[in-house]
Amino acid sequence: MSATPVLALRGISKRFGAVQALTDVTLEIHPGEVVALVGDNGAGKSTLVKTISGVHPVDDGAIEWEGGAVRINKPHDAQDLGVATVYQDLALCDNLDVVANLFLGNETRTAGVLDEIAMEKRAKELLDTLSIRIPSVRIPVAALSGGQRQVVAIARALIGDPKVVILDEPTAALGVEQTAQVLDLVERLRERGLGVILISHNMADVQAVADRVAVLRLGRNNGVFDVEGTSHEEIIAAITGASDNAVTRRKARTDQVKKEAGA
Amino acid sequence: MSDLTKQPADDATKDAPVAADAPQPAAVDPRLLVREQGFAGYLSDFKRRVRGGELGSLPVVIGLIVIAIVFQFKNSSFLSADSLANIGVYTSGLGIMAVGIVFVLLLGEIDLSVGSVAGVGAAVWAVLSVTKGVNDWLAVLIAIVAGLAIGALHGFFFAKIGVPAFVVTLAGFLGWSGLQIWMMGNEGSINTPAGSLVENLTGYYFEDKAAGYGLALIAVLAYAGSLLLESRRRKAAELPSRPLSEILLRTGVVALIAFVVAYVLNEPAGARGLPLALVLFLAVLVLADFVVRRTTYGRQIFAVGGNAEAARRAGINVNKIRISVFAISGMLAAFGGLFIASLSGGATKNLGSGNTLMNVIAAAVIGGTSLFGGRGKIWSALLGMLVIQSIQQGLNLLGMASEIQYMITGAVLLAAVVIDSVSRRTQKTAGRT
Repeated sequence: MSATPVLALRGISKRFGAVQALTDVTLEIHPGEVVALVGDNGAGKSTLVKTISGVHPVDDGAIEWEGGAVRINKPHDAQDLGVATVYQDLALCDNLDVVANLFLGNETRTAGVLDEIAMEKRAKELLDTLSIRIPSVRIPVAALSGGQRQVVAIARALIGDPKVVILDEPTAALGVEQTAQVLDLVERLRERGLGVILISHNMADVQAVADRVAVLRLGRNNGVFDVEGTSHEEIIAAITGASDNAVTRRKARTDQVKKEAGA
Repeated sequence: MSDLTKQPADDATKDAPVAADAPQPAAVDPRLLVREQGFAGYLSDFKRRVRGGELGSLPVVIGLIVIAIVFQFKNSSFLSADSLANIGVYTSGLGIMAVGIVFVLLLGEIDLSVGSVAGVGAAVWAVLSVTKGVNDWLAVLIAIVAGLAIGALHGFFFAKIGVPAFVVTLAGFLGWSGLQIWMMGNEGSINTPAGSLVENLTGYYFEDKAAGYGLALIAVLAYAGSLLLESRRRKAAELPSRPLSEILLRTGVVALIAFVVAYVLNEPAGARGLPLALVLFLAVLVLADFVVRRTTYGRQIFAVGGNAEAARRAGINVNKIRISVFAISGMLAAFGGLFIASLSGGATKNLGSGNTLMNVIAAAVIGGTSLFGGRGKIWSALLGMLVIQSIQQGLNLLGMASEIQYMITGAVLLAAVVIDSVSRRTQKTAGRT
C-alpha cells in the first residue's frame, strides 16, 4: 500500500434542499485496497458515491486525486480521472450485446468507424483475465442471468483502465454461488492494484474481502476500522451509533436463551 | 453459476505448463449455445432463434413473397416491369421518410410530424425555386435544411424542455401543415417546371443498361468484399468468423436479388432503365445503415433507446442524440417530400397529408423495427415500404377502392405490431429477462 492515497475526500458536504446529506466526510482510498463503505439506510453512502462519480457535485470540501486537488462536476470528469462506478441498478443496455455494453461511451474506433473486432478481442481478453464466463460476448445483455449481468457490469467498469472502482451493493440480489464469484472478482481487482470502494449491507461480504471499513452515520464519518482485529459487533455499533442497539439486544437475548437451554 | 463452469477453468490451470502456448480449445461451458459447424448448425441456430422470439426480417420477407404470389395469381401484370418499376419509384420517397422514422423509433420515440414536414419541404422548394427564382440546387438544399431545422426544434422541445415527443410532433403536425398551406398561397399548388431538379428526382431513368447491371455488380462485389475482409480480420484476431460457405450463400442471395431487379428494370418491353429515385433511396439506406451500425453515433442511438439512464451514465450526451435524431427525421422527411412533389407533379397545399404519415410509420414497423425502442434495422424502411407499396400497387391493378386499401394496410400494420409484441414476450419467457 503506497503512502499517497489514489483518491482522498476531505471535508465533503452536500445538501439537497432542506436535507444535509453529507457533513464534513473524509475518506481515503489507496491503490490495491478494498474499502467497504457501510452505514444504515439514509446514512449517505449513495450520495457520497455519487459525489465521487460526478453525478452530484459537492457543495463543500476537497477531492484529491493522487495527491493533487481536482474538481468532479460531471460523470465525464470522474471517468477521465479514472473513477469507474458500478451502480446497483447496473446501468446496462439490455438491447445491446455484451461487447457493446462493455465499451459503451468508450468505443474503439479505426478511422472513425467502430472497430468491432478489436473491441470483441479486448472484451474476450478482459473477461478471460477476470475468469468471467458468459455464453457469448455477442448475445444481448437481456439474455444473461443476474450474476452474469453483475460481472459484466463490473468488467465494463474496467474497460477504461480505471484506478478506482466503486461497487454499489454488488451482491445485493445474488445467490450464494454468484456472490462468491463477485467477491472473487473484487479480490482480482485488488490484485490488479485498483482501489475499490465497496458499498454493502452484508457484513459477511465486507469481512470477506474488505481491508478497511469506513462507517457513515447520518451523513457523517463514524469511524474507519481495519477489518482484521475488528469484530462484527464493533462495526454494527458504529453503524447504529451505539453499543446498545437492536442488533446487540437481539444477540444478548438469543445468547440468554441459549444459556438457559444449556443450563 | 455452478461447478460445471468452473471445471474447465481449473483443468486449464492444471495443464497450463504443458499447453501454455496452445490456444485454449475446449474450455467452453457445455451449456453454452455454440453454433455447430456447417449448414446443420445454421438450421438448428435458426430454429432456436425463432423459438426464442428473434424473428428478425423473417415475417416481412415471407409477407412479401405471399403478396407477390397472391397478386401475380390474381393479375399477371403485377410482376411486370412497369408495375415493379412503379413500386420501386413510389417506394423511394416514402421509404426515405421511413428511414427517418426508423431513427426515431430506435430511440423509442415517435415523430408524427413527418407528413407535414414533407409538405413544408416541398413548399419551401417550390416557392423559392418557382416563385422567387432561386437556383434550383440551392432551393432543394434550403428545403432539406428547413426540414433539419424543424426536426431539431422538435428535438429541442422533447429533450431540453421534456415535452413528450408524441405531443411535440403532434403540435408540429398541425403547425407545419398550417405553415405549408400559408406558403402555398391562394392557388394552392405550384407545378414542377419541366427539367427541374425535383422533376428529375423521380422522372429520370438511367436508360443505359450498364447503369443497372453496373450498380448491381458494384453492390454485390462490395458486399462480398466486406464479408471476406471482416472474416479475414476476425480470423487474424482469433475470433469466430463466418465460414466461406456462409459468405458464398449470402453473396449468392444478394447477387440474385440485385441482378433480378436490374434485369427487370432493364430488359422487358417497356422497361425504362434504372430509376434515379431508387438509386437515391439505396444511397440513403446504405449511408444510414452505416451510421447506425458502424459509428459511435449509431451505437449511442441504440444505447439511448435501450436505456437512456445507462447511456447518460456512460457519458453519452443524451440530449444531443435526441435532438440530432429528430433533426435527421425532419431532414429525411423534407427530402422525401421533394420526391412526393416530383411524383405528383408539384407542391400542393395538402402534399404529405392524408395517410402519408401512417404509411411511413407503418413501413418502419412492418419492416421489423420495434416501437419500444432500441431494436431495429435501417433496412426495415425498405422492406416495410415494399410491402405497403406492393399492396397498394396490387390493389390498384385489381381496381380495388382506396377504402379497401386502407383496411388491408391497417390489418398488415396491426399484424406487424402483434408480431413485435409477441416476439418481445416470447423473448422474456425464453429466459431473456
